[in-house]
Amino acid sequence: MRVTVVERVPAEEMRIEGLTGDAAIAHALKQCDIDVLAAYPITPQTIIVEDFQKFAANGEVQTKVIPVESEHSAMSACVGASAAGARVATATASAGLALMWEILYCAASLRLPIVLTIANRALSAPINIHNDWSDSYGARDSGFIQLYCQSSQEAYDTTIMAFKLAEDHRVLLPVMVCIDGFILSHNVERVEMLPDEAVRNFLGVRDPVLPLDPDNPITMGPLALTDYYFEIKEGQDRAMDAVPEVYKEVEAAFEKMTGRSYGMFEKYRTDDAEIIILTHSTPAGTAKAVVDVLREKGEKVGVLRLKMFRPFPAAEVAEAIKHAKAVAVFEKCRSFGAVCNPLALEVRAALYDLKERPMVTDFVIGLGGRDVPPTTIVEGYEKTKEYLAKGKAPLYETLGVRK
Amino acid sequence: MAVKLKEMLKVPEILSSGHRMCAGCAAPTIIKLVGMALRGPTVICNATGCLEVATTIYPYTAWKVPWIHVAFENVAAVASGVVEAFNVLREKGRSRYEHVDVIAIGGDGGTFDIGFGALSGALERGHDFVYLVYDNGAYQNTGIQRSGATLPGQETTTSWAGKVEPGKRERKKPLAEIVAAHRIPYVATVSPYYWRDFIQKFRKALEVEGPAFIHAFSPCPRGWRSDTSKSIELSKLAVETGIHPLYEVIDGKEYIMSGPSKRLKELKPLDEYLKLQGQFKHLFTPQWEDFRKQVQEQIIEDWHLLRKKCGLE
Repeated sequence: MRVTVVERVPAEEMRIEGLTGDAAIAHALKQCDIDVLAAYPITPQTIIVEDFQKFAANGEVQTKVIPVESEHSAMSACVGASAAGARVATATASAGLALMWEILYCAASLRLPIVLTIANRALSAPINIHNDWSDSYGARDSGFIQLYCQSSQEAYDTTIMAFKLAEDHRVLLPVMVCIDGFILSHNVERVEMLPDEAVRNFLGVRDPVLPLDPDNPITMGPLALTDYYFEIKEGQDRAMDAVPEVYKEVEAAFEKMTGRSYGMFEKYRTDDAEIIILTHSTPAGTAKAVVDVLREKGEKVGVLRLKMFRPFPAAEVAEAIKHAKAVAVFEKCRSFGAVCNPLALEVRAALYDLKERPMVTDFVIGLGGRDVPPTTIVEGYEKTKEYLAKGKAPLYETLGVRK
Repeated sequence: MAVKLKEMLKVPEILSSGHRMCAGCAAPTIIKLVGMALRGPTVICNATGCLEVATTIYPYTAWKVPWIHVAFENVAAVASGVVEAFNVLREKGRSRYEHVDVIAIGGDGGTFDIGFGALSGALERGHDFVYLVYDNGAYQNTGIQRSGATLPGQETTTSWAGKVEPGKRERKKPLAEIVAAHRIPYVATVSPYYWRDFIQKFRKALEVEGPAFIHAFSPCPRGWRSDTSKSIELSKLAVETGIHPLYEVIDGKEYIMSGPSKRLKELKPLDEYLKLQGQFKHLFTPQWEDFRKQVQEQIIEDWHLLRKKCGLE
């Protein structure tokens, strides 16, 4: 299956609306003509499901919505529907994602192209409804592709591209589309929406491989032990390897249609940067503003905003940051007991084989929705400069917390 | 549906021989009877358990119908997705089937206990599917641990009969009645000994619109320490002693005692059922004489309660 040829959509055919990140995703799901949505309410994702249910109540979508009794059942129903050949989506956050955990692995291993949109939220305890990345970072080994968005527009675009990527026969893996809870999920931004027809042409209808079909009975999800389990995982790993190439094709087609593309990551003023701030989602927007100010002061600093965390584009990231003296990672997750935290672990591993490596600093920020103002980014930047001068940095540290 | 043995024998089996279930296990017989009740294109969703594990050891499968297993506690949710996917694909002109019957199968552990939330949710949402529980009274697949379906006095590896304990002390969860309380169109209990009753009820379950629930009694020689040749006899005795009475519940309101149970003038003594199984052996020691009598009394009490619900008393 190759990516469909699309035409540039004229500006006058685009619809401009002010949408929250959640609403942008709901609109994208509507235009993707999904067959089944199974979801359970959880803050701050709930608007996605509420808006979609309203579309359904008004007959604006041809979708069976299954209002399940838990997130575990949400992902389970998605697996069943996807196995039967339907285009399927769900949405969750935090505890909801934690409850889905077991079935995330099943969805990926059964090679079902489900799109799971997530409004990233902290995990309990203490119970907290605000943003950090502990939820989806925890699921980073589940076999899902993970794409993180910075704006409502990007959330809309990425949701549409996610189906194209997931359903490609070279991939056949589920995708998480992540936005920062409240900071983006509830923030209204300008979103340029494609005409329905353009999205339909772009995605086409799902062409399932080996679905549940009474005329061609197959057994899905059997027991595989020491003699075959490993080979099944090997196949799954290869599918993940195929993601970057397909993602580039999908983005190229999407760019042709809209003029927009994001890449596996975005480089912002990094070419001559001595210190590169590496982060994703909404802190990346703050970081870019900080960089602009620091640049005015003559500082050589830039931002690498990661979009694709799984698969982690290690070689490309290394190439993009290897010239810097230091890379300052900012991440909204603490991996308790780990030498550093999920994002910095990837960055350090990506750089390890280089003869000359930039120093890597790792700042844990914004847990439980603690605000990440520009000053927090500046603080991390200043610390990184200080560590560079000393020639030594701690493996990680927390910023913006009473100690 | 009139069930003629001659016709039934012509129906292709849905589970092939060589399925690797234990000798004497009633579950394959139950699946054979399910196969005889089918009416058209069918998909089976199977919870983790003996039946799932033994019949699909990759790269082999014993299933001749499309079949999916995902996890232990979610088969009703998986079935919800399958049902709605076929519905919407048909509406959108992307399915060549006018209708696909969806059957969810779980053991007692996956149904009475860990899968109960998903089951209750799916029943409340009203998906058109049949849920079949094959109840062998314990987590036999993981090595005979107690479940909500384990009987009082039953010894399992987590309810040992010891110097101070008679096996499980608590009563069995009345699952069919709890399911019926969801006011779904059809609930029935079945036993593989009464094959005609089984097939007719299963067909009825497929035919009603909305969720239907079938509670099948399923002897397990390995866990019960019973002779592998006695499983069908135990299936009969379970009905005759009131361990597993046969009845239907329509719309959660109308209880109907089925022929094999209705014809009983009185229940056979529980001991006849217990003495065929090693798992109840300890109950026949003087220490647990009173406990055994209490279990017998409880079963008689439940029997009269059920007869009242069925309008027979």
